[in-house]
Amino acid sequence: MKLELRGITKRFPGVVANDSVNLSIATGEVLALVGENGAGKSTLMNVLYGLYKADEGEIFIDGASKKFNSPADAIAAGIGMVHQHFMLVPVFSVVENVVLGSEPTRRLGALDIEQARKMVREVSERYNLNLDPDAIVEDLPVGVRQRVEIVKVLLRDAKIVVFDEPTAVLTPSEILEFFEIVRTLIKSGKGVVFITHKLKEALTIADRINVLRRGKVAGDADPKTASEAQIAEMMVGRPVQLTVDKKPASPKQVVLSVRDLSLIDPDGRTVVDQVSFEVRAGEIVGIAGVQGNGQTELVMALSGLRNANSGVVELDGKDVTKASPRDRHSLGMGHVPEDRQRQGLITGMSITENLVLTRYHDKEFCDGMRMRWSDASKKAKELVANYDIRTSDPDQLASTLSGGNQQKVIVARELSRKIGLVLAAQPTRGIDVGSIEYIHEQIVKERDSGTAVLIVSTELDEVMALSDRLLVMYRGRIVADLDPKKISHMDVGLYMAGSRPESAVGSRR
Amino acid sequence: MKDLLKSLRYTLLALLASLLVGAVIIVVTDIDALKVGDYGKAFSTVLTAYKSLFEGSFWGVRSISNTITGTTPLLLSGLAVSVAFKAGLFNIGATGQMLVGGMTALWVGFTMSGPGWLQVPLAVLAGAIGGAIYGGIAGVLKARTGAHEVITTIMLNSIASFLVLWLLKTTVFQREGRPDPISKLIADEAHLPRLFGFLEGRSDLVAHSGLFVALSATYGYWYLLTRTTLGFELRATGLNSDAAKYAGMKSKTLMVVAMLLAGGFAGMAGATEVLGTYGYASTSLAGNIGFDAIAVALLGQSSPIGTLVSALLFGALQAGGRSMQAHTDVPVDLIIVLRALIVVFVAAPLLVKAMFRVKSQVSAQGQTFRGWGG
Repeated sequence: MKLELRGITKRFPGVVANDSVNLSIATGEVLALVGENGAGKSTLMNVLYGLYKADEGEIFIDGASKKFNSPADAIAAGIGMVHQHFMLVPVFSVVENVVLGSEPTRRLGALDIEQARKMVREVSERYNLNLDPDAIVEDLPVGVRQRVEIVKVLLRDAKIVVFDEPTAVLTPSEILEFFEIVRTLIKSGKGVVFITHKLKEALTIADRINVLRRGKVAGDADPKTASEAQIAEMMVGRPVQLTVDKKPASPKQVVLSVRDLSLIDPDGRTVVDQVSFEVRAGEIVGIAGVQGNGQTELVMALSGLRNANSGVVELDGKDVTKASPRDRHSLGMGHVPEDRQRQGLITGMSITENLVLTRYHDKEFCDGMRMRWSDASKKAKELVANYDIRTSDPDQLASTLSGGNQQKVIVARELSRKIGLVLAAQPTRGIDVGSIEYIHEQIVKERDSGTAVLIVSTELDEVMALSDRLLVMYRGRIVADLDPKKISHMDVGLYMAGSRPESAVGSRR
Repeated sequence: MKDLLKSLRYTLLALLASLLVGAVIIVVTDIDALKVGDYGKAFSTVLTAYKSLFEGSFWGVRSISNTITGTTPLLLSGLAVSVAFKAGLFNIGATGQMLVGGMTALWVGFTMSGPGWLQVPLAVLAGAIGGAIYGGIAGVLKARTGAHEVITTIMLNSIASFLVLWLLKTTVFQREGRPDPISKLIADEAHLPRLFGFLEGRSDLVAHSGLFVALSATYGYWYLLTRTTLGFELRATGLNSDAAKYAGMKSKTLMVVAMLLAGGFAGMAGATEVLGTYGYASTSLAGNIGFDAIAVALLGQSSPIGTLVSALLFGALQAGGRSMQAHTDVPVDLIIVLRALIVVFVAAPLLVKAMFRVKSQVSAQGQTFRGWGG
């Protein structure tokens, strides 16, 4: 089967998400679709999957024009989609999830679960997916849940399977397993579209790479010959620095000291388990880990948004375990929170207001109760200029900014005052390459000026590149304290998955 | 100013749309004219009705006086709902807060005797404090126990109305020689001066200087929101409470403060009704004002100027409605329908946009409140 998109244009109010995009994919090959966030990858795939209607352009299957009014049409035409966020019912078993929506039935509509189980077992064996049909989905690791989604797609006779950012939630070893599955799919005559912004992965698995930039096809690349830097340049439109440029750290006195910190969820689960570590002035400590291993809660406990159940947090030698977020700010803790839309910004307020969100009560901006907005405006103009925030007017709502610029607002606000420690959680999640480059630079600059920096990120590449010291968190515990220069991605990945590399080189524990 | 006009445009279009739908209702309910097929008469009824609606609200001193009388408590209680909205709370309790504020103002109004310049402000202040304390109860309940303010304020409304009924039967409040629950009259000095008192012999001009209380409160609300750290904190909490907590704001304290302020505004509404409009208190002191206030705040998108404009609009409709009923067969209930339609059309800007084929994008009108989740 050969699938072609010709001249697809999709407009949303104020933006052209796809601008006459051409794309083709045949069974038996892997096409990687790369591009920054907002380049139009997902829009294009939603057009293909019948979720959006293209304003212009046509879809051809084996040369015949097709119209998809709904995902049902796309599925009938042999197109399957594995979404980034899985569409599974956690309390159902694998087999129940797989047949949900197209259940095999006996007379009178009785569910034929035996038949369904047989189908799941068959597909699982044929493609080497190794699934237990009766396992409950919520007990399964993320990598296995993804395989449940794949079985769903395969059982609906998909010839071409679209994966939307499939590796975002996987550990490095799960990624390798995922690639194996993709290869099996190709061998048995399926076609795969692999949407990603991770260039390394595209180069590893794809037969062809298509690059999207601002809704247009910016070019094709052959993974056999193209380099990461070339593709990155196509994505961004200018040469980009992919590695973080930094001198060796010169750590000084301890700024943040955490001892035996534990945090228990309301439902009784220990989410942070006896964590101890230190961060010194002038060094960047990274915490790696697969999402959901307690990093979010650790940061909340460090910033004062949640109270620790036991343990001690010290900032510059002062016990701040019970201190409020406000007190910690005043003691010189900057915090770039994990979720910029939910915590870091108030998108319904202006850029100026957001730039003073954590410091409006400062003498610099108010006399007692009265705000001096003119001074806040002055500061905002200064920060917009100094931190390269792309906006025509700081009085506009923060929601008008792109993700990268929103993140720059937070970084500007938190780094521009006198601080001794920065907590940065997922500082570059979901933002464009240019902004990532810029924010990394700022973080390194902050370190060089003697600030202690703690980076928490699920992007292994990011923590490996930025950190002077790397901690790995698994199920609420710190399981490794590593030197990122002396350890491979693979080995860190093993720690992240809860095991221990055989050649435990570079481990200080 | 441009933004103001922009947001007003949809309000005006919504008003126009609801007048059109109202006209249809007038025509189809004019059974007599329809029976004989006299469509001309049906349409002339619409014209007469709307003409007297307008005249009854803005034409002549008496109409203006009536409009002002209606607008004053709507504006103050509208602010009570608006300030809570801004902080992310849904205050259904303006009625109860008005009742309590009205009673405390009344008490100061008939027990004290002193010069007017002292007694009137004191009585208004007493009303504000009474309302604030009553509103604060819902805030404390929410902050301490998480009890949803929609539930608690509704319950507090009932408590307040029975409290007032009981108080009005006590010897402290009940007017001597009256068997029914009606209060003593306030001292002459405690009356809010009439606005048109300079016109001799016009006792029908009931508009009182409570209007200035309401306008000052609106200015205070504007100043609070845009010029103070507290206003910044309230807005931040209302728009995104997670971000507010992250920024070190004390969300629980802010909940209580927002409800204190809300109750204060509603309490002033009760006070101006007692001290200006009635001169005494009865169980029907708050009427429907506390609920109409919700529509006022929604329509005005909780902004100071928006609340002022929509309170004026509702006050005018109320004044005009009575004159409409007097001049035509159209009942005053049509006003309730019109108000409801305005709110529906404002809540559904896309509908108005489609009706009038407005090309430009519907401005991001911002969520007015977030319902039960918050």
